[in-house]
This record gives sequence, C-alpha cells and structure tokens, in this order.
Amino acid sequence: MSLSPAAFAATPRIEVEQLCVDYNGTVALYDASLTLPAGCICGLVGMNGAGKSTLFKALTGFVRPSHGRIRINGSPVLAAQRDQAVAYVPQSEGIDCNFPISVWDVVMMGRYGSMNLLRLPRASDRVAVRDALARVDLLDLAKRPIGALSGGQRKRAFLARAIAQRASVLLLDEPFNGVDVRTEQLMAQLFLQFRQEGRTILISTHDLSHIREFCDLVVLINKTVLAYGDTAEVFTPENLSRTFGGMVPNP
Amino acid sequence: MTWLLEPLSHAFMVKALLVSALVGGVCGLLSCYMTLKGWALMGDAVSHAVMPGVVVAYALGLPFSLGAFVFGVGSVAAIGFVKQKSRIKEDTVIGLVFTGFFALGLVLVSKVRSNIDLTHILFGNVLGISGSDIQQTLLISALVITLLLVFRRDLLLFCFDPTHARSIGINTGLLHYMLLSVLSLTAVAGLQTVGVILVVAMLVTPGATAYLLTDRFDRMTLLAIASSVLSSLLGVYVSYWTDSSTAGCIVLAQTALFLLAFLFAPRYGILRAHQPQP
Repeated sequence: MSLSPAAFAATPRIEVEQLCVDYNGTVALYDASLTLPAGCICGLVGMNGAGKSTLFKALTGFVRPSHGRIRINGSPVLAAQRDQAVAYVPQSEGIDCNFPISVWDVVMMGRYGSMNLLRLPRASDRVAVRDALARVDLLDLAKRPIGALSGGQRKRAFLARAIAQRASVLLLDEPFNGVDVRTEQLMAQLFLQFRQEGRTILISTHDLSHIREFCDLVVLINKTVLAYGDTAEVFTPENLSRTFGGMVPNP
Repeated sequence: MTWLLEPLSHAFMVKALLVSALVGGVCGLLSCYMTLKGWALMGDAVSHAVMPGVVVAYALGLPFSLGAFVFGVGSVAAIGFVKQKSRIKEDTVIGLVFTGFFALGLVLVSKVRSNIDLTHILFGNVLGISGSDIQQTLLISALVITLLLVFRRDLLLFCFDPTHARSIGINTGLLHYMLLSVLSLTAVAGLQTVGVILVVAMLVTPGATAYLLTDRFDRMTLLAIASSVLSSLLGVYVSYWTDSSTAGCIVLAQTALFLLAFLFAPRYGILRAHQPQP
C-alpha cells in the first residue's frame, strides 16, 4: 500500500522536527523528526518506555518540548487544539469504568471544544454525536453508562468521540488491546474510511502483525525516530532489531 | 410538631439551620468532584492546612477566609513542590505537609494574643456563628456555586479524561487550580459549621453516598446536595434535642445516610435484590 504523490504535496498533517522532551533531566525523546501526510494510517512501534506516549503527549500539548518544533496542519499545537484538529483515543485501562457518565455524554465531550463556555449542546452537536455513534454501531447503547460496555464497545465509544470532534489527526493508544473480533473488523473499516476522508491516524502498538495488516506507514522509535516510511521498506530485520534491542516480538 | 418548631423560636437555631444547610449544599456539590477525582486526601490536607491562616488573619484583623484561602492554596503548592523535587510518594508528602501546617496553627493559636477559641476551629461553632461570619459564608457559597455551575461540564471532563480535555484546547492547569481554590474556600465555609477535623466528611461523604445510587452525573449531583442538606438539618436538630456536639451529629447523619446507601442501594448496595447485569 503506497500513498499517492498528491497526498504528500499538500500540507502535511503532522510535522515533527528535531523534537526533544525531557522530564526533570531524564531524556524521553531526542532529535525525533517525522512528517505524515494527510490521509494515511501510520503505526508507531517501540518498546515500553521508548517514547511512544511521550510523542503522543507532545502532540496533544501535555508536555512542552525542550527543543524542536511540532506543526499540525501547518499550525503550532495550541492553534491545532483550538481548531479541534487532534483527537486522542485512550487505552481502555486509562479510563475509570465506574465513572457515572453515559456513552452519549462521552461522545458529546468530543463537541465541547466547538461549544460555548457552558457547553450547552446545540442541534448540530446532537446530530454530530448521533452520526458518530451510528458509524461505530453504538446507537442502541447510547444511554448506557460507559461502565456497562465491553472493552471493545468502550473503544468504539472513544472512536465515536474522535469522529464527533471532526478531528483530522487521530492518536490511538494500543487500539487492539482487549478488543473483540467484531470491534476489530469495524475499526479496520473505519480506518480505511478515515484515510479516504483525508484524516491521518497514528496507531501506537507493540503488535507487529496488526501493523502489517492495517498501516501504510510505520514509525520505529527508541528514544528517537529510528526509521519511518512505507511499512514494507521499514520493517527490515536490522531496523526491528534496533527498535527492540535485539528482542523482536513475533517477527 | 413541637420537636420541629420549638428550636425555630431561637434566633441562633434558625441561623444555625440555614448556615449548615447552605454549607452542606455547597460541600455536597463539591464532594461529587472530590470523590470522582480521587481528591479525598487532598480535601483532608487543605482543610487542616487552613488553620494557621485563620489565626494569622485574626491577628492582622483581616477576614479569616482570606488567611485560610492563602494557606490552603499554599499547602497545595507546597505539596506539589515537594512531590516534584523529591522522590517521596504523594500520599506521604500530603501527610507530612498538612500536619506541618496544622501544627503551625496549633502553636500560633497558643502564642498569638487573640480571642480565638481553639475548640471552635477544631470542632466548629455553628450555634454561635457571628453576623460577619455568616456574610463570609454567603459570599463564599455564592462564588463556589457559580464557579462549579459554570464550569461543571469542563470539570466533569477534567475528572474523567484530562488528556482529551487538553487535546481539545481546554486549559486543564487552570481547571486544576480553580478546583483547588474552590476546595480551599469551601473548607473555610465548612470549618465554621463542623470544624477543621470533620470538614473532610462534608467534602467526601455526600458524593460517595450519591455515587452508590446512580450512574448519571447530574443525578449524582442532586442526590449529593440533597443528602448533605438533609444531614445538616437533621444533625442540628438532633444536637439540639440531645444537647450533643453539632458537628458530630451532622457528620453522623451523613455517615448514616452513607450506610443506608451502602446496604440498600438498588444497584450497588451489598443487599441489593438483583445482581447487576454484566
């Protein structure tokens, strides 16, 4: 699967230049650079602690880089946030399943950034939420509390939130963890639709088989970007060995 | 009906009922965010840490909510600073910072010349509350209720998924400090009703009770406020008729309501009729 040249010609969705992030002197990421075009599915592969979540945190504005530059749709992170350009789809484990909130309200949170200060939903917000829920096939469960959903359904609810947000960049943290077959198929379909719609999807995972299956591009990281490009070209034994320090999982 | 009406013939009882109901309502509203955010320990810390602020404010002739607010926020800043700059875990830092502040308060009370009664700070004095204290409570309550209502959706999102909040451009740092400021202010208001030691009950129990009764946040808020106001009224009445500690009665009423929910809540009570659907 290679991308059309036209996709590369437009403004890149994500541009990261010589990014460095450190936490109180501990370097999490150094000199990381990558450029992702509009409309692609990209895998982000690395060991635990290799800097995957740090890169996500930098892209969502949670950590400030100590050096380097990030552009999303050509704008700095803060402006991209104001444009609702970036959506983060969390790992299920990162969410309190006992939180007293319905599926509908979770998806509505995707609209908050476009609402007024009181976050009162307008008719257009309700339409966006309904459409998003329909796309992930959760309309029937909209009134359920988020805790009553299965792991896969919960994952779909957070995908619906990203759809309702109308984000052009989606950051997915281990999306295939603890997900049923039904959800995996639905996600595969959605990813292809997203690419068609010009969205860029960055999938953080340590599962290489899913990368081969879904991703056009792959980024290998280990404290820095080791390599990135077409999946077939980047997935060489040498590159994988550098990424995983000689311990390649299911090569 | 005498048991209900007789206390109302005393002006101090009417004041006590109104003030504790108001403070109960405000604490009940805030307690929802405290329980969902997991800030019970933080509430305990802030409510103890405001004590030296109260003494200093009295000594300087300032409104004591101002002093309490400065020390409440200061304690949180101190906790954050020590946690960030050392390898000590957060609960340890909280424990050592708030006891330090509290001890400073004790020493100040014993050394600073004032007409502060230590037991009133420790255990509240809602039956003898002064006019200026009522004014401060009203002002604090109005401010806290306004902030919590205007930012209720944002605060809910902040408790549920701060990463998403941040990624759509909501200033989570601002929300964090706003919630802490609201906590400090509310601790001051609660201090007058039930005192430093039991304020944390007001900030946690109603939210916990409501959390066992519903899966919807709006309903949880209403239930927490209702149970908290009811406990305050009940507590003041019981303390009048049994001539016992008002603060103790209010908090005991809250604990009793919690136990009822813990046992009989339809979905999450331990004696529920049906197991919840998986």
